[in-house]
Amino acid sequence: ELCPTIKNILLLDSEGKRIAVKYYSDDWPTNAAKEAFEKAVFTKTQKTNARTEAEITMFDNYIVVYKFVQDLHFFVTGGENENEIILATVLQGFFDAVGLLLRGTEDKKEALENLDLILLCLDEIVDGGIILETDANVIAGKVDSHSMDAGAPLSEQTITQALATAREHLTRSLLK
Amino acid sequence: MVYVIIKELSPSADEVIIVTSSLMKDMTSKTDMYRANAIRVLCQITDGTLLTQIERYLKQAIVDKNPVVASAALVSGIHLLQTNPEIVKRWSNEVQEAVQSRAALVQFHALALLHQIRQNDRLAVNKLVSSLTRGSVRSPLAQCLLIRYTSQVIRESASNTQTGDRPFYDFLEGCLRHKAEMVIFEAARAITELNGVTSRELTPAITVLQLFLSSTKPVLRFAAIRTLNKVAMTHPIAVTNCNIDMESLISDQNRSIATLAITTLLKTGNESSVDRLMKQITTFMSDIADEFKIVVIEAIRSLCLKFPLKHRSLMNFLSNILREEGGFEYKKAIVDSIVILIRDIPEAKESGLLHLCEFIEDCEFTYLSTQILHFLGIEGPKTSDPSKYIRYIYNRVHLENATVRAGAVSTLAKFGALVDSLKPRIFVLLRRCLFDTDDEVRDRATLYLNTLGADGAVEDMKEFLFGSLDIPLVNLERSLKNYEPSEESFDINSVPKEVKIQPLAEKKAPGKKPTGLGGPPPGPPSTIDAYEKLLSSIPEFANFGKLFKSSAPVELTEAETEYAVNVVKHIFDGHVVFQYNCTNTIPEQLLENVTVIVDASDAEEFAEVASKPLRSLPYDSPGQTFVAFEKPEGVPAVGKFSNMLRFIVKEVDPSTGEADDDGVEDEYQLEELEVVAADYMLKVGVSNFRNAWESMGPDCERVDEYDLGPRENLAEAVNAVINLLGMQPCEGTEVVPSNSRSHTCLLSGLYIGNVKVLVRLQFGIDGPKDVAMKLAVRSEDEAVS
Repeated sequence: ELCPTIKNILLLDSEGKRIAVKYYSDDWPTNAAKEAFEKAVFTKTQKTNARTEAEITMFDNYIVVYKFVQDLHFFVTGGENENEIILATVLQGFFDAVGLLLRGTEDKKEALENLDLILLCLDEIVDGGIILETDANVIAGKVDSHSMDAGAPLSEQTITQALATAREHLTRSLLK
Repeated sequence: MVYVIIKELSPSADEVIIVTSSLMKDMTSKTDMYRANAIRVLCQITDGTLLTQIERYLKQAIVDKNPVVASAALVSGIHLLQTNPEIVKRWSNEVQEAVQSRAALVQFHALALLHQIRQNDRLAVNKLVSSLTRGSVRSPLAQCLLIRYTSQVIRESASNTQTGDRPFYDFLEGCLRHKAEMVIFEAARAITELNGVTSRELTPAITVLQLFLSSTKPVLRFAAIRTLNKVAMTHPIAVTNCNIDMESLISDQNRSIATLAITTLLKTGNESSVDRLMKQITTFMSDIADEFKIVVIEAIRSLCLKFPLKHRSLMNFLSNILREEGGFEYKKAIVDSIVILIRDIPEAKESGLLHLCEFIEDCEFTYLSTQILHFLGIEGPKTSDPSKYIRYIYNRVHLENATVRAGAVSTLAKFGALVDSLKPRIFVLLRRCLFDTDDEVRDRATLYLNTLGADGAVEDMKEFLFGSLDIPLVNLERSLKNYEPSEESFDINSVPKEVKIQPLAEKKAPGKKPTGLGGPPPGPPSTIDAYEKLLSSIPEFANFGKLFKSSAPVELTEAETEYAVNVVKHIFDGHVVFQYNCTNTIPEQLLENVTVIVDASDAEEFAEVASKPLRSLPYDSPGQTFVAFEKPEGVPAVGKFSNMLRFIVKEVDPSTGEADDDGVEDEYQLEELEVVAADYMLKVGVSNFRNAWESMGPDCERVDEYDLGPRENLAEAVNAVINLLGMQPCEGTEVVPSNSRSHTCLLSGLYIGNVKVLVRLQFGIDGPKDVAMKLAVRSEDEAVS
């Protein structure tokens, strides 16, 4: 109703393919619908230059704010009556947090290697459409402390390893 | 990380009892991050029973010192409110405490949750908003939420009272000076969206938006121009200050911003700037996509209707872009605009028609060509020199495909029929068409040559060839299907003229060819037009003349009765027609031969003239029956009529839907119906009451004082009198501020016989709620006053 809601956050590469996406609304029920939306949004914004400032566009009754860096394209989508500046703040938070987490090398390869961090990041920004946090430092801090429980620096952890350590934790707590 | 994965997998609670128990353990662990995430995950996978178990922990978490934990609990609460509202509502005390928290985002989430819990209780929301607007709100997000809730409160309270200064308006205005841009924008947007906002209230908001227009960030520019666009639709004058900034936005890199700027400028521009705008738009049009172009075209159309003197430059512009590349929708929009301009601005007709002719010379869309040819056929013969257009039309006969050729032949024939001087030359051209390769073209040419060339009743011929078909196509089709080939030929008069079951507003104008480009006329078909069409389609009523006024439907039955009947009163100059809309709500009955017996003994001046029964009324489909009365012409006769519904009822077997063969006659009493003076008054607004009042002159003025007796409040008395007189309140004077002791109300209307009437009412209410009223009437005719 009156609470500002985000419909989805997308991180695409320079060809429009997914790196990390999260949908918070039922407007795109099937995977095909989601991919069609991603393709449409990508083609519409391809020719624009959103590197210095966040850009904004409107289509299909959605407002999309977006920003590009190297070969990464960030998008945040909201409904047509949403406050555009709130969407831009969320975008900025996500953008900067990813920048902090990837430690300066913001390109597709680095993003894919640290996919777990990016997914955690998405989880900490919006929960079910409601904005949790917009400050990039806080977001990055939360993501850091998540992976800290594995007890190893970020770059050496992969998803399977993180899962294994988590499974260990679980079994340990069961046996307690 | 595990938490994320569990959330994605989202198992149901009974499957993963192990996971849930370990999560519950996590909720009480020392590490805050675990607690927060465990809460979020649990709340997503939990169901009602598990929820009661963890409720204690959740309540503690809401008021936890760590903001991350508190936010997690609150956000989960918001989600849980959809599925388990009763449980979440029990937490309202803790949530209330959380609203006072120092952490910025906790306050935001707590505010959101509290509002959702209490949103049905208007008083609670009111209290919440008042306390927070006075207190301090720490995060910009929470401030935005508060602004939205405030607007909601304003909207709901406005329905009861109407004060000069709205409640909370000062709060909104103060937010315009906040630090965070999102708050400023939210406040500005909220102000522009207030109900019935005045220019004084708008000014600070628009100033702020104007500053945003020149920002470096595209997001701000976009947000500002979009809001200004919406405002320009209702208050164009307020936005004119921003014209210069908007003009610089036309060349903005972001095309959405540029299009919005152009459309806003087209709404707020004045006559002098039109030329300048046109020049800028021409360069602009080539850059943007088709859907934007259509938006711009429609804005140009409304601009031209606003400034008819500028039609030449606007028409040139439209025809220029018509020549360029473009899709079908786009060109259709342009052609529609040109047609509307030709229709509404007589001086533009000649140039407009010429532009259209030049367009069809190389138009690639058959549909558009045929539409334009048809339109030429209607408008061309009326111009001063119709022969100009013949060349263009005849060229179509040679150069285009069959559909266009057929259309061109019809148009040529129309010219020939309506303009006698050209007839011989048209015949020569039509004779050449007889050698065409296509059947339809040859048939049409032959038909026209024979009918127009023959001597005899030329008028009938014209009506036959070019008149519109009065019979709805649906009925014609149905009758043709039912017609079996036999000795008798098909009689077109046997096709029922009335449209069977159709809501009044949707009655389409029947015709062999569409009567205008693209079908329906510009603007929504008003109910008056629909009633007129319906009444004129009934032959008995067709010669009553022009319909003066149709009243709103008046219910004649209680809400839940077997037969629901309401009546619409149609007032003509010398007649009154009652249209009874009947609905049968009993599935087991079928009514036939439905009529209304009207007893007019209480209304001496009326004499019943005709009655039109409704042949059949099946279950749940509304039908109409009519009774017409004659009344002395020009005199506003009043009277009471008592009504009784008479019909033959047949039992219907609900499973098969078939009716019995014989039925029983039955009657059903309806309520009485009154024709009052207000029925003879049309509501017509006047924009400047004072001028109109002065120009009427005091000769035809009548003044009187009345005591209206005790009333609830002034607003109720005012409304009652307005309804009694049936006139239109002007300049917003029907709205009475609460608690005021006196009020002046200005009304205007049009009385039967086309007499303008103006009324000034002064009301005063004193102690024991007694209302006194002074009524001053001025009109063009003293008798009416």
